[in-house]
Amino acid sequence: MQTNVLEYLESTVLKVPHKVAYANEEDVLTFQQVYDYARAIGSAIATYHYDKQPIVVYMKKHPNAISAFYGVVYSGNFYVPIDEEMPQYRIELIFQTLQPKMIICDEETQKHIQELNYQGHICLFEEMIQTPIHQETLTKIREKALDIDPLYIVFTSGSTGIPKGVVACHRSVIDYIENLSEVLQVTEGSVFGNQAPLYFDACLKELYPTLKFGATTYLVPKNLFMFPIQLIEFLNKHKINTICWVASALSLVSGLKTFDKIKPEYLHTIAFGSEVFPIKQYNEWKRVLPDARFINLYGPTEATGMSCYYEVKKEFALDDVIPIGKPFHNTEVLLLKEDNTLAKKDEIGEICIRGTAVTLGYYHNKEKTNEAFVQNPLNDAYSEIIYRTGDLARYNENHELIFVSRKDYQIKHMGHRIELGEIEQHVQMLEGITNACCIYDQEVEKIVLYYIGVKETKEVKAYLKGKLPRYMIPNVVRKLDDMPLTPNGKMNRRLLKEMYKESRRK
Amino acid sequence: MEDLLEILEELHDDVDYETCTTLIDDKILDSFDIVTIVAEVNNVFDVQIPAEELIPENFNSAKALYALIERLEDE
Repeated sequence: MQTNVLEYLESTVLKVPHKVAYANEEDVLTFQQVYDYARAIGSAIATYHYDKQPIVVYMKKHPNAISAFYGVVYSGNFYVPIDEEMPQYRIELIFQTLQPKMIICDEETQKHIQELNYQGHICLFEEMIQTPIHQETLTKIREKALDIDPLYIVFTSGSTGIPKGVVACHRSVIDYIENLSEVLQVTEGSVFGNQAPLYFDACLKELYPTLKFGATTYLVPKNLFMFPIQLIEFLNKHKINTICWVASALSLVSGLKTFDKIKPEYLHTIAFGSEVFPIKQYNEWKRVLPDARFINLYGPTEATGMSCYYEVKKEFALDDVIPIGKPFHNTEVLLLKEDNTLAKKDEIGEICIRGTAVTLGYYHNKEKTNEAFVQNPLNDAYSEIIYRTGDLARYNENHELIFVSRKDYQIKHMGHRIELGEIEQHVQMLEGITNACCIYDQEVEKIVLYYIGVKETKEVKAYLKGKLPRYMIPNVVRKLDDMPLTPNGKMNRRLLKEMYKESRRK
Repeated sequence: MEDLLEILEELHDDVDYETCTTLIDDKILDSFDIVTIVAEVNNVFDVQIPAEELIPENFNSAKALYALIERLEDE
């Protein structure tokens, strides 16, 4: 039985050593190179004798970064990818939680690390891959490893202002990759065009099936998502046939009328998720690629990646929503009502996930872990953890899950999961601000910040740019004289939303 | 030009659009901004920027973008 994700790499490197595993527009790594780099890095880290420690990979998006992930795994530790563009302040927040003993960087990111007050080891990728491979040590490390050991941590927005680190183990990832690959029908001939950043779980969809099947992943340059003709040219040039993108990236291509000029020539599998894909845009894609498979994916980071899927085979009216469908094999969704009983017929309940794909919780955060990773309320006979997503859903007449809304103030903005509370926390920390409230206008996909204070909107925006990743910066910032309140004295988000909508119409 | 600057300033009010010529190269604008600009230019100038004009050179500066709009208006 497979117990470690590296077994994917080790069996594939025997079959197709010289095939391209990961590439960007300039560089490629074959499976043999990935294998050699990973073992060299593993050997380098092993000299420090760390065991099950978080090792930060702080590198630009590049095939090398992926081989560094596997190198960390060879060393018996787990990798924590960090966004190279993340503000220093946020990195420091994450490091407070992690206390990482080592950072792997490249020549570019090395400069940024020197600005951090970091005391641990800083290792340069280019030097680590020169380390002689010490196979005996790596074998010994592997013999001790269990499939319940952590594989990675990815950080997600936290409503208290501090990001939460979701810890996933090998067994969850193997379970996910096996079932996802079946749904996507991945083969050795699959050529992925990766859009997701490497510091989110979303990139698992390309990284691991590539290892398992000996497929190929191209990292699509982020810049191309602004220039859709160049983007499709990139897909065609590299014969990319499978993409798993956030719906907003797909909408951008079809919405800007790209297909009038150019069409994808090789695409046959298009998975989308993380947010609603408007039917109008879906229809455009379907018109251009009538024979392709279109698959809606749904799932939280806390359940490793995606938990549910729906293959779109029928036509939808423009105001319909594409269902999130049904759970993957070996995953169950419990739709729990407020009273912890199962929702029946078309009742709304919270999506709660049961299965091997449920992760180990939040790193060094028992409180938040215990709130969301709870004993299955339908079972009081033995220990069984389910993950409460906070997403509300219902079943349609075909017993397919339909997403309804969030229970709280978490939003999905351009595919990114954001706690509005996290933005508010940071604004409130700024001197001269007495109150702040964020709303999200779904229609125009804008985060709108309202605040009370003596600071100008410009100052507030500039301050936030130093604290939050770019995708969390409010698109609109407005100063108010008074914060509208509900009769209970809470900030009146509904009224603020209406205020914004009203101002938009003018 | 005034109208265009207004659109751009609504996106990022801390950028000096009069002088900046690296809006794309320095990652000041992102894909979301491009979509917004295309929509707003359509609203304000009644000009549809076609897909083939969505290239870095046309978006690197306010001046280049304004030249594009003028060119499209003439067509």
